[in-house]
Amino acid sequence: MTKPLIETKAFTATRNACKLCAPLGASMAFKGIQGCVPIIHGSQGCSTYVRRYLISHFKEPVDIASSNFSEESTIFGGGPNLKKTLENVGNQYKPVSIGISTTCLSETIGDDVPHILKEFRNEIPELASVGIAHAATPSYCGTHVDGFHQAVVSIINQLAGTAEKNEKIVLLPGLLSPADYRYLKEIFDDLGIEATFVPDLSETLDNPHWDEYKRIPDGGTTPEELMQLGGAKCYLQFGEVLNSGMVANAVKKKNINTPGAALENKFGMPGATIGLPFGINATDRMFEIIEKMTGKTISEKYEKERGRLVDAYTDGHKYVFGKRAVIYGEEDFVIGLTEFLTEIGVEPVIIASGGESNHFRDALKSRIHSKHDPHIMKGADFEDIAEVCRQVKPDIMIGHSKGYYIARELEIPLIRVGFPIHDRLGGQRVLHVGYEGAHRLFENIANALIEYKQEHSPVGYKYM
Amino acid sequence: MDIIKERRNQVVKAGAEGTLALACEKKSTAGSVSQRACVFCGSRVVLYPITDALHLIHGPIGCAAYTWDIRGSLSSGKEIYRLSFTTDLHEKEVVFGGEKKLYQALVELIDKHEPKAAFVYSTCIVGVIGDDVEAICRKVSAEKGIDVLPVMSEGFNGTKKDGYKVACEALDKLVGTDNISEVPDYSINILGDFNLAGELWILTEYYKKMGVNINATITGDGRVDDIRKAHKAGLNVVQCSGSMMHLAKLMKEKYDVPFMKVSYFGIEDMSDALYEVARFFKSDELFAKAKELVKSELHDLIPALQKYREELEGKKAAIYVGGAFKAISLVKALRLIGVKTVVVGSQTGNKEDYEQLKELCDEGTIIVDDSNPNELSQFVKETNSDIFIGGVKERPIAHKMGLGFCDHNHERKEPLAGYEGMLNFAKEIYATAMSPVWQFTRKGAKRQ
Repeated sequence: MTKPLIETKAFTATRNACKLCAPLGASMAFKGIQGCVPIIHGSQGCSTYVRRYLISHFKEPVDIASSNFSEESTIFGGGPNLKKTLENVGNQYKPVSIGISTTCLSETIGDDVPHILKEFRNEIPELASVGIAHAATPSYCGTHVDGFHQAVVSIINQLAGTAEKNEKIVLLPGLLSPADYRYLKEIFDDLGIEATFVPDLSETLDNPHWDEYKRIPDGGTTPEELMQLGGAKCYLQFGEVLNSGMVANAVKKKNINTPGAALENKFGMPGATIGLPFGINATDRMFEIIEKMTGKTISEKYEKERGRLVDAYTDGHKYVFGKRAVIYGEEDFVIGLTEFLTEIGVEPVIIASGGESNHFRDALKSRIHSKHDPHIMKGADFEDIAEVCRQVKPDIMIGHSKGYYIARELEIPLIRVGFPIHDRLGGQRVLHVGYEGAHRLFENIANALIEYKQEHSPVGYKYM
Repeated sequence: MDIIKERRNQVVKAGAEGTLALACEKKSTAGSVSQRACVFCGSRVVLYPITDALHLIHGPIGCAAYTWDIRGSLSSGKEIYRLSFTTDLHEKEVVFGGEKKLYQALVELIDKHEPKAAFVYSTCIVGVIGDDVEAICRKVSAEKGIDVLPVMSEGFNGTKKDGYKVACEALDKLVGTDNISEVPDYSINILGDFNLAGELWILTEYYKKMGVNINATITGDGRVDDIRKAHKAGLNVVQCSGSMMHLAKLMKEKYDVPFMKVSYFGIEDMSDALYEVARFFKSDELFAKAKELVKSELHDLIPALQKYREELEGKKAAIYVGGAFKAISLVKALRLIGVKTVVVGSQTGNKEDYEQLKELCDEGTIIVDDSNPNELSQFVKETNSDIFIGGVKERPIAHKMGLGFCDHNHERKEPLAGYEGMLNFAKEIYATAMSPVWQFTRKGAKRQ
């Protein structure tokens, strides 16, 4: 790594953003709590845009209420609107809990949400049993990933209870797909260890077909799990950057807790924080930690999965070796992908994120092959990425849907991973984690390159 | 039915119970999970298709990110409009002001893209921190010699419909700035078609065949220079009246350009849109050509539709779309293919629209303003609808309930306007209603 970090954008404006705003991530996290309805405390558009964006990816109903600011609430405060929202959501949805995320608007006018909630509790005692978490997520700080983790912190701080010490493990997987959540849950099921996922997106954002319409989808971290969260033995958190982007450009330094740190502070719970388990090396490390935490050995099933994956790597290695890839998206996600691509012999030539934390380059250091020298772009937008792409002429792009226009211009394949996938079916079911996730990603990448070569061949061959 | 107290007067039934007026044109109820967006959204969707303008959103990242390339509006020329530009305000600017960043961003982008004009959208937070967006626009306009138009679309400042009005006011500043160009007789402006999937091009082809000249299209496949001379047209033909009526009225007042409301969905309304223009210009020749065109279009279309009608007869549809005027056309278009509308609603309809719907719909049809998932799911269940016609946010509700779904949204890829569009519409309704997958969603269809 010799190239300087690209952290200044070519233009003052952000051109085709490679990030989203914090309330989106927060709402997504709240969707992973059983019986929870998210509220975005701001203008009507904030919740509708976020809903539309999430629905287009998950292809599920995603109800998020809005406190529907008016000019009056902007001048005199959004308290009355927030209370009305809580009441209407409470009566309409009969939720177990409500997750409020704030916006640029409610934060800037200085709405004191804890105080508003206190008043609400006194005024509407009928809704006393509904748990309410609130996260400060002004959209001028950080990105959607920061919002996601901020919401998890608020869930831990405001909804989790203490209990007698037990053998449970708390999993904090972060912004991964429902398929990823299901895979991770299966690992613990197979080990016979109870794990509490906070949040648990395995069902809520990927429900089976319903016989009857459900106002709140099934699944999510249960209230009982949350009430006993403090009794867990330890936690396992994925991601290294986490919500540190929230303070990256802050005027006054604030202390930001990661979800893991929140568990440590509140319950004195020990734990481990590792990068996203993409690829064999990272998955090995994950299993090693899980074995250490639980004192159990993972079953032969995973050994076989690993063996098949190694077999696939050997079958396909030369189709991917030395191919030059552009990787973009959320920081932790991109860091995980970089490690995976490096272990299969792909050369990352551009590693870019819209995130602006100060940990991106450092976290990448240990994961990049000594012979590779990629352009690392912090706080990047897609037009910046496109300009570097035109110079380096990559073979393949790996990231979400929004980079498609660049792949189209360069006439190279795009492997769709992460969030959002708006131009294909099945975005919610893309598996990234574990040996199985790596297996699918590896074959998708290899096959895309094989197909590219075949399509561009003057001979219509039928064997590779 | 379980409907929030504040919203009960926003739902009525056609027929005997429909004597009550439907409450509409009000702000959404907090906590109702309205399907509407905000003022900014209204302005953004209306101005978005102006292809050779620069659109800069002054605010934090979300407003721009969620509206990047959001509409399927096609261009026959420039593509600047498809790029998403924002000042991406950070905490620093929220505290110390964003004017400098806005100025810098504008100047750089204008130098790079050389747009014909620039629109600067003000978002919630800009209204709060007090940036003087208008002053910055004036300054840049003077320096760069192009129109830089502020669009004061703070999200909290009303409803999506107020955003349409704000957009019309920005357009009004462009209209009338070209007094040199001459336009031929029988010239019209098309207002309120956004060229989704190339729909505008279908319509302009019809009008050209009749001998009508298209002066400006506002805003589908829009051009700044065309909008400047829009006041020279003999007539404004307004579709999607909710969004563009304000501009039509302003042009009537200022330049005495008359306007008429039309719709291009369905055979009846499409044909009327052609005949009415011919009648307006009092030209027998135009009328004769329109008649000839309609006749030749219907020659193949009617038998083609008949085939679908035979299969679809008796199906029941629920409609929930942005504008009520479109909903009215959809009710008629569905009738043509044997489908009965049992629920119809819109985000932004006005009293007149809803009265018309009450007249038009069969007794018992549920008519709703500014609805939400809880209500829509109840309506669909109560009426036992087979098909839903709506946008992105309605789609999963329909699918989860085992209903067919037709996308009548911003990003559609199939043109649904005009005669060609009517056939596409029938095909899409047919495809979704007749799919064999519904055998697995029927109640009790679980594996025994």
